[in-house]
Amino acid sequence: MAAKDSANGAAKLADRVGRWTVSTVEEVGNGGVLVAESLYWLIMGPSLKQPVRPGAIVVQMMEVGIKAIPIIAMLGGTIGAMLAIQSIYMLRIFGAESQVTYGVAFSVVREFAPLITGILIAGRSGSALAARLGTMKISQEIDALKVMGINPVRFLVVPSLVALVVMVPALTLFNMFVGLFCAGLYINADLGISLAAYFDQTITILSLDDLLHGLGKSVLFALLVGVIGVINGASVTGGAEGVGKVTTRSVVQSISAIIVTDMLFAFMATR
Amino acid sequence: MTDHPEKVIEVENLVTHYGPRKILDGVSMNVNEGEIMVIMGGSGSGKSTLLRYLMALEHQTSGSIKLLGQDIDTLSQKEMFDLRKKIGVAFQGGALFSSMTVGENIMLPLYEHAELDMMTMEIMARMKLEVVDLAGFEDLMPAELSGGMIKRAAFARAVVMDPKLLFCDEPSAGLDPVVASALDDLILKLRDAMSMTVVVVTHELESVFKIADRVTVLDRGKILFIGTLDELRNSKSERIQNLLNRRPEEDAMDPDEYLRRLTGQEESVGDATL
Repeated sequence: MAAKDSANGAAKLADRVGRWTVSTVEEVGNGGVLVAESLYWLIMGPSLKQPVRPGAIVVQMMEVGIKAIPIIAMLGGTIGAMLAIQSIYMLRIFGAESQVTYGVAFSVVREFAPLITGILIAGRSGSALAARLGTMKISQEIDALKVMGINPVRFLVVPSLVALVVMVPALTLFNMFVGLFCAGLYINADLGISLAAYFDQTITILSLDDLLHGLGKSVLFALLVGVIGVINGASVTGGAEGVGKVTTRSVVQSISAIIVTDMLFAFMATR
Repeated sequence: MTDHPEKVIEVENLVTHYGPRKILDGVSMNVNEGEIMVIMGGSGSGKSTLLRYLMALEHQTSGSIKLLGQDIDTLSQKEMFDLRKKIGVAFQGGALFSSMTVGENIMLPLYEHAELDMMTMEIMARMKLEVVDLAGFEDLMPAELSGGMIKRAAFARAVVMDPKLLFCDEPSAGLDPVVASALDDLILKLRDAMSMTVVVVTHELESVFKIADRVTVLDRGKILFIGTLDELRNSKSERIQNLLNRRPEEDAMDPDEYLRRLTGQEESVGDATL
């Protein structure tokens, strides 16, 4: 009896692992299909009389980008100052505090600006996207769009994705400036290096490659946040509780995906 | 493919599944031009499912559905968009877009499909709001409307493109009798004024006898009855009489089956340890 039970348990575990694997692969596949479908509507939409409305993109850009500026400024500045503090602390061991600009410039531009912006947008806009689509699905608004002859991907998904892909790099760039500026302020106060000298050195240190590294990553993060939000929102079942679940799920998945992608991107780009 | 087909909806031998479960089992029915067809049946009879397939929201396992003379499986994407412009749907919960005002909701199909200037579209939207007695409410958000008003606004949106075919999902569900009756009048008015073909899914008997030209009764995924109201009243079928007289159904109980269900042992009752 016990042997039978344990065999049963093993079979159940294998079954569950198998199902989880299949559903994960399916979800990743759905993400790819969604990006392809979005590109299709963006390009082919006008000839099918289903154009993506510029107005809808602007509305999303306001929501995703412009309204996020204050919080991005605040966090970007704080992270910049934090990096300056930690770098000076570490470099003091070698008596090399004056080289702090190296640490700060590379960290902010290549790593922290895109990462913090991505995580913030995942929490702010990815969750909102999942919740909006999920609510629309359970209240039959998606069905209503379909029966009106309006493709939901074209009408709802493409504007959000375009807005994310444009605004997240823009916010990242903004985050870089604020971060570097605040780091400069701290360095100026602590080490007495003038802001002019600091920025002069920063510009010398950084190459276009570093900037593109940061911005390139942020485009990937934008796509990840958008696609994960949409896939989760579209997969909602079970009413208001379901919407809450997929919203949480989309935030956790987006942030995880962003951090893993960040590491992989850094690895590939520095080889 | 004539412009005025005699039969607006032709369903032949429709079989559908939800996962492994068979929902509709060989459903065949027609709806003629200009008639109000009511689809009724108990909960789980498959009437809402049938409506979803008639609205071309799902893909069937087998069988064919023709809307306005066109087989919906053979249509290209563009032909499908064109067909949808001739079909209006009033959903059970209204399905108004909560981020838009009532007026914007009603204008959306016009805005997306008709190349008209804003002024014309606003006038058309207000005309439809007049029809459903909601004049002056176009600037409110759907959340600010009552249940009956949401349903009427949904009707206005469904008919704004002057469709040839109108689907209504449970128009009177959850409404008080007066409002429900007003909605029935509205359906009759829309049919008479705009000569639409209307398909209504409902289980409100009063509604059925007030508006229906013909009735389709579904039972466990199969067609139990199709015919006029008189034929429905005089039907000899016990299940139909139960439905009309609101008598609960009592299935003969199999004790073994009952035990299996209670113990959760679907396959072998022998293993059950009680």
